[in-house]
Amino acid sequence: MTGQAILSARGLTRDFRGFRAVDGVDLDVAPDSVHALVGPNGAGKTTLFNLLTGFLSPTDGRIELAGRDVTGLPPERVARLGVARSFQITSLFPQLSAREHVELALQSPSGLGWRFWRSAKLMRRYADRAGELLDMVGLADLAEAPAEALAYGRKRALELAIALALDPKVLLLDEPTAGMGLEDVDRTVDLIARTRQGRTVVMVEHNMSVVGRLADTVTVLQAGKVLVEGPYEQVRADERVITAYLGAADAAH
Amino acid sequence: MTSTVDPKTGRTGQAVPSALVTVARAPGWVRYALLAVGLGVALWLPNNLYPAVAVDILCWALFAVAVDLLLGFTGLMSFGHAAFWGASAYVTGLVAIHLGLPFPAAVLAGALAAAVLAVPIGYLAVKRTGIYFAMVTLAFAQMVYYIANEWRSVTQGENGLQGIPREFFGLDLTDDYYFYYAILPIVLLGLAGAWRIVHSPFGRVLVGIRDNPARARALGYPVHRYKLTVFVLSGFLAGLGGGLFAVGHRFVSLEVLHWTTSGKAVIVVVLGGIGTLWGGVLGAGIVVRLEDWLSFSGFEAIGLVTGGIFVLVVLLFRRGIWGTTADLARRLAARRQRDRT
Repeated sequence: MTGQAILSARGLTRDFRGFRAVDGVDLDVAPDSVHALVGPNGAGKTTLFNLLTGFLSPTDGRIELAGRDVTGLPPERVARLGVARSFQITSLFPQLSAREHVELALQSPSGLGWRFWRSAKLMRRYADRAGELLDMVGLADLAEAPAEALAYGRKRALELAIALALDPKVLLLDEPTAGMGLEDVDRTVDLIARTRQGRTVVMVEHNMSVVGRLADTVTVLQAGKVLVEGPYEQVRADERVITAYLGAADAAH
Repeated sequence: MTSTVDPKTGRTGQAVPSALVTVARAPGWVRYALLAVGLGVALWLPNNLYPAVAVDILCWALFAVAVDLLLGFTGLMSFGHAAFWGASAYVTGLVAIHLGLPFPAAVLAGALAAAVLAVPIGYLAVKRTGIYFAMVTLAFAQMVYYIANEWRSVTQGENGLQGIPREFFGLDLTDDYYFYYAILPIVLLGLAGAWRIVHSPFGRVLVGIRDNPARARALGYPVHRYKLTVFVLSGFLAGLGGGLFAVGHRFVSLEVLHWTTSGKAVIVVVLGGIGTLWGGVLGAGIVVRLEDWLSFSGFEAIGLVTGGIFVLVVLLFRRGIWGTTADLARRLAARRQRDRT
């Protein structure tokens, strides 16, 4: 079973000072699928993301990428093996331009980054590809703008562009449409739908209409555990999921 | 393209402050003019200053640029760079005295020794950031200081290494005036090297690491190894300055390894402007000149004056002299451009 999944977790657990954020999660992400992780706040979605990308080491459990054990590898190794991620809170290089972001991402696997004796003009070899990617996410006009000057929705688009620049086998998106206006949400959904060809997407998403439009499989997390897993329609109708969400909503009031 | 309004900030997708977009760097002719002025000053300096002071300025310029490579371009404040400056000064002195090599070879040996020393220190230091990085580098520099102090058979302890020759294929370089011009090409080479590092693909990665290390790692860049590499390069450049300093003074004392030397290097960079590269050169000129002038006029509390200026700069001009001036020029240029359109 593990052999079929491109990304899988077995008994994945992470403790923070006595608090168990992720509790024995088993996850199998099928190749070329869009797999959504949903659940109320504090369910452990982002912690799970950080475990899968090496930003956190699991307290217990095992992670496999295409059958290879990647448990405990540092984030840069996981990235090199073909897992790219975006961050829930926009995470860019404020002083670099949008184009420089994409060039930096394109350069990453090449080793050009070590050439301290060469001119940075060499990075222009990525200019064409960078232009394509920026065009794809609708940032062609803002290629030279420093990231700190971009509006929120544009920053999210840039995040997506640099994740795609790594040409990952698995793309992990942490709330790609959070805080976006309707128009940007539609554009992002279209973009994900277009870029999923030939790769696997795992996304944390609160917007159920986005999940419904994109996801093949939905995993519902609650209190660090897998509550339900299955196709969107089936999960949405599940009693336990409704209770978990309504329960969370009640608690919030 | 369509304008998109962000629900949280209300800003539109096209709203890019024009001042930010116009120029990240000065136009070409300004940069060439500045380079010409810089080279002119460098060539003229010992005619206008006491040549020994001019030599000190060159050495400290290299030291400052080395520190700025870490502080300004990688976001790491080393408070122990005296270890590399000083270790190179001792190695250079010992090589020159005992092997009688031409001084550039001795200085190269010193700088390489500094780079080698930077490997273990950097390896352990780059695992920390911020104040902890500063503390680790300071701790190692103190260790190097005590080793030099105790290892009297080699370093002569408090007496210092004396009589370092300025051997250069029989040329007479005893006059500081000529010695200045002998070391100027080496210093310019070192500065050009630092400039190249900053404007290389590697330099671009460093800025990324400085601004957002987590993102750099998510892009697949091994952040620790990049930091270690720039730390070693910085150690080499600091060593280049320290070696020339030893030959320049024909004498090495324990002071080159003292923590106040590390502190002075940081002050020079902050004064000139962090992350500006040439600001460090300017800062070196000002601090060395000022200290010489104060000591010449019999003023005892030199640290009080340089320290006071440092505090003023930090409070009033946080970008340092170079950074503040460049910022002003940029704003003026942006305003002029706006008026024209």
